[in-house]
Amino acid sequence: MATVDLKDVRKVYGGRVEAVKGVSISIPDGAMCVLVGPSGCGKSTLLRMIAGLEEITSGTVEIGGEVVNDRGPAERDIAMVFQNYALYPHMKVYDNMAYGLRNRGMAKDEIDKRVREAAATLGLADFLERRPRELSGGQRQRVAMGRAIVRSPKAFLFDEPLSNLDAKLRGQMRIEIKNLQKTLGVTSVYVTHDQVEAMTLADTLVVMNQGLAEQIDTPMAIYERPASVFVAGFIGSPAMNLLAAKSSQSGHILADGTEIAISGATLPDSGREVLLGIRPEHLTLIENGAAPDLQLKVTAVETLGADTLAHGHPANGESRSSELVARLPGSVRVRDGDLLPLSIDPSMVHIFDAASGRRI
Amino acid sequence: MIGLSRSSRYTAHAILIIGIFIVAFPIYYTFVASTHSLQTILRPPLPLLPGDQFWENYSTALFGGIGRIGGVDVSTLLFNTTVVALAIAIGKIFISILSAFAIVFFRFPGRMFFFWVIFITLMLPVEVRILPTYKVMVDLGLIDTYTGLTLPLMASATATLLFRQFFLTIPGELVEAARVDGAGPWRFFKDILLPLSKTNIAALFVILFIYGWTQYLWPLLVTNRNDMNTIVIALRKMVSFADADTQWHLVMVTCVLAILPPILVVVLMQRWFVKGLVETEK
Repeated sequence: MATVDLKDVRKVYGGRVEAVKGVSISIPDGAMCVLVGPSGCGKSTLLRMIAGLEEITSGTVEIGGEVVNDRGPAERDIAMVFQNYALYPHMKVYDNMAYGLRNRGMAKDEIDKRVREAAATLGLADFLERRPRELSGGQRQRVAMGRAIVRSPKAFLFDEPLSNLDAKLRGQMRIEIKNLQKTLGVTSVYVTHDQVEAMTLADTLVVMNQGLAEQIDTPMAIYERPASVFVAGFIGSPAMNLLAAKSSQSGHILADGTEIAISGATLPDSGREVLLGIRPEHLTLIENGAAPDLQLKVTAVETLGADTLAHGHPANGESRSSELVARLPGSVRVRDGDLLPLSIDPSMVHIFDAASGRRI
Repeated sequence: MIGLSRSSRYTAHAILIIGIFIVAFPIYYTFVASTHSLQTILRPPLPLLPGDQFWENYSTALFGGIGRIGGVDVSTLLFNTTVVALAIAIGKIFISILSAFAIVFFRFPGRMFFFWVIFITLMLPVEVRILPTYKVMVDLGLIDTYTGLTLPLMASATATLLFRQFFLTIPGELVEAARVDGAGPWRFFKDILLPLSKTNIAALFVILFIYGWTQYLWPLLVTNRNDMNTIVIALRKMVSFADADTQWHLVMVTCVLAILPPILVVVLMQRWFVKGLVETEK
């Protein structure tokens, strides 16, 4: 068990392509840090640099307070769970888990004790004599976890471990991983492109984009106060509505002329080009006939059961940039072409600078 | 496809049986001839059923020594050929699996250069480079030795390429998992690569063993002493231009004995690698 600290870590491929452009993250002992971002954002490269599978161009990686830049993966005392499990196909489950321990020259009965313990924790006790191909996807995933657990390493590294499972199993394994990580209290770094996984698993969430950490914070803090347009659009499903607008004295005027009066929120200088971010769940339907902040012309409806998603655009205009989604209660019946009066909670409106994309 | 009607099934079977007969009859006839005395063979027609000289012919050939090839017996020839075929098969597999390992899993300067150099040797079969190779063997004093018989045939671009292609299909994650598990290159090779290549090795072994067993031109050049001959060379030497001079019954025995080991290897190894193929997952 140990802390993991990244200081200004950079990765340049072939002297030209900059995959990671200086990322600093400090993960406290026993915490779960999730790196999330679209493909090609550098999150896997960053993980592989922590693992020692990829050379670090500059910056330092510290595990347990020691700089490990020059150590090989086996000397860093980390364990990794791979996307495709990477189990040794010709070895039994038992040997798959024991292999790393044997290579370290551990005593036989100690290996046996640890493997059986891990197998019991993961519900694999009956499968120790099987080969990986005789197991289901979920079981293979558990073996991959077991291989990490038996080592009792300083840190777990997960590289999109659930992306090969079906949706139901993924949900189940997500909880299992979370519980296991809490029980064992091992510092973990988890890479995923799935924002639900990211939100549910993380103690610290790192949203990455184009080789940079856009925001590092707790999941809720990121959800509530996204630092940039990118983070706002990436975290939350359906994605946050982003509307181009111009600030005025009393509020914001959308590109199509709709004025959204926002009281309470601090207003930027008038005339400034901004993006208004409003989460679909913060658009509420007005049912008592009060004056609406916004009229939504519905063009498509998704009925999810618990929720109804109403897609459309402000009634005044039809520009593509002003498309909106509102998350309404499942009990509301909406049809295409309806005009919905919506109110906006001013404290829930995020304002971003249109040019830089940063939060104002 | 075979139809459902009785007549079409009969026809199909008849064709297949004729096919088997055409392939198998010469071999059967060789065996029949190997069980008759020389007199019977030389006085046509040759009987279609085995004769009573089985033990006599085979023991003479195996242990008695055959005059036309300097009194060497067939068991020596079998031994020589087995050594040569095994050395070639094992040597080729050993060298090519190691070179493929180096080319696929290590990043060293000139990696692609070496790959192409190996690749180019595909265009230089033994026959093309036979004179210079012979000269080298003479200079090294390797004429009439097992080393001389096998060494020049050992390097194999084909096998290297085959292993390379196989190694390229091994997922990078597996290699990385082994690195995280603390397996160095040799341990990775021994614990993971070798067991995964079992099937390929078995298949290659069969092919290369037969390749080594049936070598003709090179053993003919590089051996002068009769007791260093391989069975194929000896077989040719046993046949004289004058029919009466040839001990046909012993030639036939040698023929039968020459084809037995390759058949044995195929039959035994086939079970092995079919099992491997069935077990393999992808």
